[in-house]
Amino acid sequence: MSANAMEQLYQQVILDHARHPHGRVALEPDSPATTAVAGHDGCSGRSHQVNPTCGDEVTLEVVLDRTGTVPSIADVRWEGQGCSISQASVSVLYDLVVGEDLPGVDNLTTTFRELLATRGAGLDDEDAEDLLGDANAFTGVGKFPARVKCALLGWVALTDALVRTGVREEH
Amino acid sequence: MSGRFTASELAEVRAGFPLLSRTLRDGKKLVYLDSGATAQKPQVVLDAEREFYTRTNAAVHRGAHQLAEEATDAFEQARAQVAAFVGAEADELVWTQSSTGALNLVAYAMSNATAGRGGAGARRFALAPDDEIVVTVAEHHANLVPWQELAARTGAVVRWVDVDESGRLRTDQLDEVVTDRTRVVAFTHVSNVTGAITPVAPFVAAAQRVGALTVLDASQSVPHLPVDLHGLDVDFAAFTGHKMLGPTGVGALYGRRELLADLPPVMTGGSMVEVVTMESATYAPPPQRFEAGTQMVAQAVALGVAAQYHAGLGMDRVAAHDAHMTAALLDAVADLPGVRVLGPTDAADRVAAVSVVVDGVHAHDVGQVLDDAGVAVRVGHHCAQPLHRRFGVTATTRASASVYTTESEVAAFGDALADVRHFFGADR
Repeated sequence: MSANAMEQLYQQVILDHARHPHGRVALEPDSPATTAVAGHDGCSGRSHQVNPTCGDEVTLEVVLDRTGTVPSIADVRWEGQGCSISQASVSVLYDLVVGEDLPGVDNLTTTFRELLATRGAGLDDEDAEDLLGDANAFTGVGKFPARVKCALLGWVALTDALVRTGVREEH
Repeated sequence: MSGRFTASELAEVRAGFPLLSRTLRDGKKLVYLDSGATAQKPQVVLDAEREFYTRTNAAVHRGAHQLAEEATDAFEQARAQVAAFVGAEADELVWTQSSTGALNLVAYAMSNATAGRGGAGARRFALAPDDEIVVTVAEHHANLVPWQELAARTGAVVRWVDVDESGRLRTDQLDEVVTDRTRVVAFTHVSNVTGAITPVAPFVAAAQRVGALTVLDASQSVPHLPVDLHGLDVDFAAFTGHKMLGPTGVGALYGRRELLADLPPVMTGGSMVEVVTMESATYAPPPQRFEAGTQMVAQAVALGVAAQYHAGLGMDRVAAHDAHMTAALLDAVADLPGVRVLGPTDAADRVAAVSVVVDGVHAHDVGQVLDDAGVAVRVGHHCAQPLHRRFGVTATTRASASVYTTESEVAAFGDALADVRHFFGADR
């Protein structure tokens, strides 16, 4: 019964990411990327997001590669503190989006949001499951509406950081 | 009778709270340990609110018909009941939406006095640049942010008293923090995080020495302890209905009669005036001066019944029960590895609200595991971010008891908490 709901919420993938997060670094507090820095080949943007109900925080910096036909994410650096759901979600985000072009990132973001909106049922779509990889582990989070915001914190930061790069209108 | 409730008395108390008998997901038994956030309501309180609407409902303080008279009587009787419950007179008690509403009322009234509003007597509430407002690091945001805002509007400065490592307020700092420039000393009676009871007398003495006003946040004390506001000798006090077994949407501001008489109004409009012309208005005496517009009459009437309910239990016995639950809660967490209490670990001079940090596990995750066991607690910063920052944490897990809390509920909390670190692999 409820042991299943708990195991569905806290899948081993999530616990592993939370304990050993990918892409987490100590960011420079005065990084020039706090708003945006544009260069010829790349640019970066940073976003700080807080969940005021529980105090979870994430600061995420995205570096774009603009040498291709469409910009892609060259790197993501982040730091944060919070519950296992919020921190694991940013770690999974890091694995998924680094190297992706912006249309691909948009697709990932939309699909992940759709997954969380299924209230734990899942998307029932093999293509979506292939796309999301480790992020499928967050399916059970949808059963706990209070925790959906935790899972989305890093993704909200990514969307905001991309806007702050200033390149969103260019493609 | 004295001392804590017997087992049969406690069973009888619980039987009076309909919500406590409901079950949760998968038929789990509810263990409600979040009364510090909001308490459950006894049937008599629910009945009082319903009864008001089904028998007596009418606009109060206006209208000449029988219902209006009865509604006004019920409303004012509730004021007298609640005032008596906290050791005050009826005309010293202003209905507010909440404790937050009461504290903001005082802060905005002082702002209005600073802007020159109110009569000559209101000058005592006017602030000048570099005047000082003293608070404590243990305040709920409701007794901090309104003072920050008042300071920002008037040029006053906010200073504060720290806590020691056990979460007790540093009364030894009062001599230094309270100065000739201090105009307000606003402090909590009981911390909603640490559960520590503030020794009120040194705060009042420090404030009175320099002629500063005292404002007591009694939100967390009134439900747990006998509170005598006259005896405490504070100038203003705020408390709320929903934490003391009453409805949401109603709270109260206590003010010394002579201070309320000089305090300018904040909300203005109907019911708080005497004579209104197209140019200006004169104001009603307190408490009506501070009760503009249609009031929360049914809630106030039900809060009066909640006060009577407490009085019927006997606040000395409520406090004895609370002390027993405090000891039980502290005992339940004392020997758990990786679990530490943010606040006094000594059961003396504290109430049954115990906040803990679980090493290696975020409070939100702790709360989820407890919820899975049917145990409802509060997780997060409990609207006291500065106090959490003071202890270097962002969030804690708080279990808080009320008159209906049992030893077996506390044991269920302890058992569920014991599993948390293992579940998240934090014990490896």
